[in-house]
Amino acid sequence: MGTEGLNTIRRLGPWVAAAVLLAFLQFVLPLLPVNAYHVQVLMYVGINIMLTASLNLVNGYMGEFSVGHAGFMAVGAYVSAVVMLWWVPRSLWGALFPVALLAGGVGASLVGLLVAVPSFRTRGDYLAIVTLALNMIVKSAIENIEAVGGPRGLPGIGRLTTPAWVYFWVLATLGVLRHFIYSRFGRGVAAIREDEVAAEILGINTRQVKMQAFLLAAFFAGVAGGLYAHLIQFINPRSFDIIKSTEILVMVYLGGVASLAGSVVGAATYTVLLEALRFLGLWRWVLAPLLLVLLMILRPRGILGYREFRPFIPARERAIQARALVAHAGAGGRGAPVASPASAAGAPSQGSQSAEVEG
Amino acid sequence: MSYLLQQAINALQLGSVYALIALGYSMVYGVLRLINFAHGDIFMVGAFLGFFAAAVMKWPFVVTLLFSMVATAALGVTIERVAYRPLRAAPRVSAVITALGVGLFLEHFTLATVGAQPRQIPRMIPLRFYPLPGDIGFSSTQAVIFGIAIVLMLALDLFVNHTLTGTAMRAISWDMRHLPLMGVPVNRIIALTFAIGSGLAAAGGILVGLAYPIIDPYMGILVGWKAFVAAVVGGIGSVRGAMIGGYILAATEVFVAAFLPSTYRDFVAFSLLLLLLVFRPTGLLGRAWAQKV
Amino acid sequence: MRSSGRLSGPAFTVVVVLAIALATALSAAAAEIPVGVNAELTGSIPVVGQSCVNAARMAVDEVNQGGGLLVGGQRYTIRLFVEDNEDKAQSAVAAAQKLYSQNSVIAMIGPNASRNAVPAADIAESERAPMITPWSTNPNTTKNKSYVFRAAFTDDFQGRVVASFARQQFKAQRAAVLYDVASEYNKGIAEVFRKSFTDLGGQVVAFETYTTGDKDFLSQLTKIRAARPEVLFLPNYYSEVPLQVQQAHLVGLNIPIIGSDSWGFPDLIKLGGADMEGLMYTTHYAPDIATPAAQAFIKRYEARYGSVPDDVAALTYDSFQLLFMALQKAGKVDRQAVRDALASIERYDGVTGTMQFRGTGDPIKSAVVIQIKDGQFKYFATATP
Repeated sequence: MGTEGLNTIRRLGPWVAAAVLLAFLQFVLPLLPVNAYHVQVLMYVGINIMLTASLNLVNGYMGEFSVGHAGFMAVGAYVSAVVMLWWVPRSLWGALFPVALLAGGVGASLVGLLVAVPSFRTRGDYLAIVTLALNMIVKSAIENIEAVGGPRGLPGIGRLTTPAWVYFWVLATLGVLRHFIYSRFGRGVAAIREDEVAAEILGINTRQVKMQAFLLAAFFAGVAGGLYAHLIQFINPRSFDIIKSTEILVMVYLGGVASLAGSVVGAATYTVLLEALRFLGLWRWVLAPLLLVLLMILRPRGILGYREFRPFIPARERAIQARALVAHAGAGGRGAPVASPASAAGAPSQGSQSAEVEG
Repeated sequence: MSYLLQQAINALQLGSVYALIALGYSMVYGVLRLINFAHGDIFMVGAFLGFFAAAVMKWPFVVTLLFSMVATAALGVTIERVAYRPLRAAPRVSAVITALGVGLFLEHFTLATVGAQPRQIPRMIPLRFYPLPGDIGFSSTQAVIFGIAIVLMLALDLFVNHTLTGTAMRAISWDMRHLPLMGVPVNRIIALTFAIGSGLAAAGGILVGLAYPIIDPYMGILVGWKAFVAAVVGGIGSVRGAMIGGYILAATEVFVAAFLPSTYRDFVAFSLLLLLLVFRPTGLLGRAWAQKV
Repeated sequence: MRSSGRLSGPAFTVVVVLAIALATALSAAAAEIPVGVNAELTGSIPVVGQSCVNAARMAVDEVNQGGGLLVGGQRYTIRLFVEDNEDKAQSAVAAAQKLYSQNSVIAMIGPNASRNAVPAADIAESERAPMITPWSTNPNTTKNKSYVFRAAFTDDFQGRVVASFARQQFKAQRAAVLYDVASEYNKGIAEVFRKSFTDLGGQVVAFETYTTGDKDFLSQLTKIRAARPEVLFLPNYYSEVPLQVQQAHLVGLNIPIIGSDSWGFPDLIKLGGADMEGLMYTTHYAPDIATPAAQAFIKRYEARYGSVPDDVAALTYDSFQLLFMALQKAGKVDRQAVRDALASIERYDGVTGTMQFRGTGDPIKSAVVIQIKDGQFKYFATATP
């Protein structure tokens, strides 16, 4: 049938486009006279998208306030670098790079467990301190491990991160997060944000949901750390301090909470803008915070808070939302039966007047 | 034993500084439930104003202290008016991120205008050393720091718990929306909170200038985070909790460094903090916010 | 299809490419040599970045006002590109990449702190372009690199120098160290000191740490006093050392205190006051015994910026002179040629003393010991390990 064919194209379209772009990055980009600096910044953007999107799962979708994301990044960076430097012969570096990244991600998610457990009892600003403490502990621990160079850092890491790898992992991050957010667990995540007690009463296993969300967020932060390590080729504990964590926070809230598109836009805007403002020298860091404050005042939910671009919503979900809209036409307000994690259900209860769906 | 006592005196000095800065954090949080990340940088500005008063204008200690407190209080009120008030109806985190931005701005604006060189606050109090029995002792600055911190904290405690304005402050933290109906000028009370919190931070800045007389534009970052931690340990939003938290954090840091290899100081101190929060999730004196069901 | 006098597709492409090539050639013939500076203008050591940029601007202005640099029979003016690396590894790499790829600099001076210089050096290697770090003393910066040079000596060298000086000068048997555990420079030199001091027959009785940004060291100093050392080594930055010295005196630790090249900023004395009197540290150069050429530099710097050049300024100035020397020696504006010329500079008499390069990126030079006397840095001795 015609419509079926059209639907297939719709469903596969993003994947085809993604594959074409991947091929472009892998094969065409090196041939173009593109400046290595642009490529470098592009890869920073990709890594920052991973960090931002994964933190957004915890801070945006689940409504927690984690301030120590760089800690997970550090674990991923060190684990992947150590795996390669200690156990993999140089000739196999290229082949085993994905394994090292996965190891970094798994290592980071194990540390993520350490945060998930206190989060069963602690919320909001106290959880913020737990994550802050974890960031400090990770940094301090690395400083004390002589084998990985302590504060002197770990040099000699191979430059294995390529635009294609970054792109692949950005896609994987966004894909997995999209799948998770609109899954049963994703509804649980949103329910926890809206009202944890009510979620519990409704039969949501909040512990399991929190555990999964923290594991997932830490995993992608860890992989991002691994990509970072193999891009900069040198890591030291100082690169993953609380200042790095606040940078990721800024990107999340700049782009907009509970929005994958927001994470992409936030990370890209922040990274590119700061590079573009380089000519200001010292004054760059005077102007950039002012822009941030101004933006927060004008758009308190960030650029794309609680809004989503079509490719970031699964087709199935769009159909559900369309139906819900028809069913509740005229009912107005927050009529969706199930709190959708993003977009349609609108903003969380905290300090909001009503669900505003903009644009 | 004398070693232990000497380290306890060291902890009292550091704790007084943490406590004063934590108080500002906690007060603002208590009223607005805003984690004011710019607080550490307001403290830095207070210290620089103190430097201006003491080194450039050559004012005496008391005048310097008052000038810095008043000017920094004005800064705090301005920040609240310009950056935070427009966001009062917005999600809480928007204001937190704004606070981060304000903090970054204060740091780099100071760096760009005052310059990169660290500055020295002149010695405003003659340094004397008072020996105690057993090869230990304390200095005049340590005594002044401890004294001023205690006086300010007691005054604040009285103010918050025993005056009408203080009652209004506490009331705002419970229910800001319906308070105007009872004739409470919410905006004015919030401005006052920022004034007091920032003034205390400035006092902290001057005391830091006495104890550790070298100041630079980035000095607020670490102290700010530590004060935040202290405020949470004590139970954020609680005035007495912030004081206790400040001293506990300082004591942990000092005694870990004193009895373990100091390399592990941050590691151990923050692990203890983590444990505390696992067992007492709302800090020592914090109250659980009512969960709506 | 109409056949007209217009150019066909391929021919058009050829013309465009030729035009671009011509334009590039013409712009290269504009007789300008782009040079990059990668400095810590914001972040935890902005004074270092500021001094570096000050000296860089001076070195470049001197050449340009003198009619430019004569390379291979042609006069070139130097064009300076300055980037702030925020004292962050990631930003140092981006800045290095931008300088090399976007601004096409012939060489990059900086970064200064090793934590930024080490990752930036990898970019220099992959771009096959020279980099000279004025101030980075970490051995890793130049290790196994062929395009990376430094104007300073290394941590290993200096740690040994300080240890033997402490043993000889103070006849010290028991030493204590207090250093910043979160900073690679401090940690590196502290470790070398401990090893060398022990090798020389001494004993390190206290090895205490703090974290960048700390202002209170009373706990550690009280502990150090209890260990009864005869000399205290503080391999820390100029902004923290005065606090440490004052607090050491406060807890009654009245023993000789020595330092390393991170002390070498005029602010040290301004901030530390009388507490610093008589203390000594090892460093790159002594303003009061410098050669006439160096004296001239110091005078010009003072006239322009109103302060005595610190170590970073002197080393940056030397880095630029090394680069100019290499350009002239190479006889052409070419990265590889400049690199080869740098690696074989036989003798350069700089502000910070005589340097020799023998194939590696590390110069052979000596250290000096400075004593703080009457509120000024005074030459005390020349030191080798």
